[in-house]
Amino acid sequence: MTLPDAELTLTALAERMRGAVAFDAKFVGIYSGGAWIAERLARMIPGEHPVGYIDVSFYRDDFARTGLKPAVKCTDLPFQVEGATIVLVDDVLYTGRSVRAAINELFDFGRPACIELAVLIDRGGRELPVEPTYTGARLAVARDLTVALSRDADGALALAIERAAGGRDA
Amino acid sequence: MRNPQLDANGGLTHLLTLEGLPAEVIVRILDTAVPFASIAERDVKKVPLLRGRSVFNLFFESSTRTRTTFEIAAKRLSADVINLNIGASSTNKGETLLDTVDNLVAMNADMFVVRHGQSGAPHLIATHLNRTGRTHVHVVNAGDGRHAHPTQGLLDLFTIRHYKRDFRGLTVAVVGDVLHSRVARSLIHGLTTLGTPEVRVIGPQTLLPAAVSAMGVHVYHDMREGLMGCDVVVMLRLQNERMKGALLPSAGEYFKHYGLTPEKLALAKADAIVMHPGPMNRGVEIDSAVADGERSVILPQVTFGIAVRMAVMSMLAGP
Repeated sequence: MTLPDAELTLTALAERMRGAVAFDAKFVGIYSGGAWIAERLARMIPGEHPVGYIDVSFYRDDFARTGLKPAVKCTDLPFQVEGATIVLVDDVLYTGRSVRAAINELFDFGRPACIELAVLIDRGGRELPVEPTYTGARLAVARDLTVALSRDADGALALAIERAAGGRDA
Repeated sequence: MRNPQLDANGGLTHLLTLEGLPAEVIVRILDTAVPFASIAERDVKKVPLLRGRSVFNLFFESSTRTRTTFEIAAKRLSADVINLNIGASSTNKGETLLDTVDNLVAMNADMFVVRHGQSGAPHLIATHLNRTGRTHVHVVNAGDGRHAHPTQGLLDLFTIRHYKRDFRGLTVAVVGDVLHSRVARSLIHGLTTLGTPEVRVIGPQTLLPAAVSAMGVHVYHDMREGLMGCDVVVMLRLQNERMKGALLPSAGEYFKHYGLTPEKLALAKADAIVMHPGPMNRGVEIDSAVADGERSVILPQVTFGIAVRMAVMSMLAGP
């Protein structure tokens, strides 16, 4: 299977968001891939876009099956969530469960005016009624495969296909 | 025999003691506590991780701070907390400890937080649950006799790591009634496991265990000498009841030799931190000027204790 180039897909995603995203929208990246993309998008899209980070580990629905992963990061939202326009950013949208967890966590910080969703790759396979507002590229991927985003020392993004280790998660 | 605290995959299933717990398990608990500490700064200080689970606080010995922080930790994880007032319960009517446990498991307990005057009581409960195949029920030792107080040891380690970053290179002094202190025992095991090069215990001969040097520590009877060059000074509570046992002449005499004053603290490093597990006896083991001074991290210890207990409970409650 041929994967799209991550950097070109990011450019396409930013192009779709430009002009559509509120000038003062706050970008919230879901660790870890979503955080990298949120940082890049905040620089590419005109306006004032402070970046926050979310680690959804404490809000996941599979805790009873998989337990807590090691190295949970601190959720860090350096702005008021109450009344804000939030763009939630993730690398790969799959089942929609991470997005559900992230929305739940956001609401523990306040009541946003609006939440939009930007994803680099939408690979289908949704198990929840979640749809992205902005999509970089759509991709059909077999269920037993994982699409993984990596970032090299210079900050360049790359996509790879891996054999899935456990269940579905994104 | 396998370590009863670990499951077949080496995962933590009970927390009974830091002695013999692998360094990677301790580090993982400390790492997991970091994001839990940040939850305390939110408006909604709660995550849904243990929603629907029941945590039973079984305190056979009195405690305010430990019981309260366990209760807060469980509630911030969205668990239901049941506090058992053991003094007024069926134990007084003759029920055995394991019968009490079996009855609470029949009420669908998922976790026991146990404090007991007898060393080994939490271990007894954990092995009973393991032996009878009820491995989904977990035990946390909240202090047993003179044996161990692992979550206090972990919160002490968390506090030290928070302020000093790395254990390698540190000199840590534990001062006072080490003989009767499960806090000291747990902390010393943790410090040693994480590679602290110099752990000192300071106290009068009568309050140090006979085999203390077997724990890999250096023994000082002269506090001034022992404090020299320390990065961390951990003061222990002088248990007043020990005074009756003729182990010590008087509180005033003890303070003169082993009380931490600004003048004695000046012998430690300039950036040394001062810790105390509480409750403090001001003017007995610690001078108020030190307890309330800028190098005291005694209240942050209490705050960190909640995050560390959240980390422990959430790691135990996984599959």
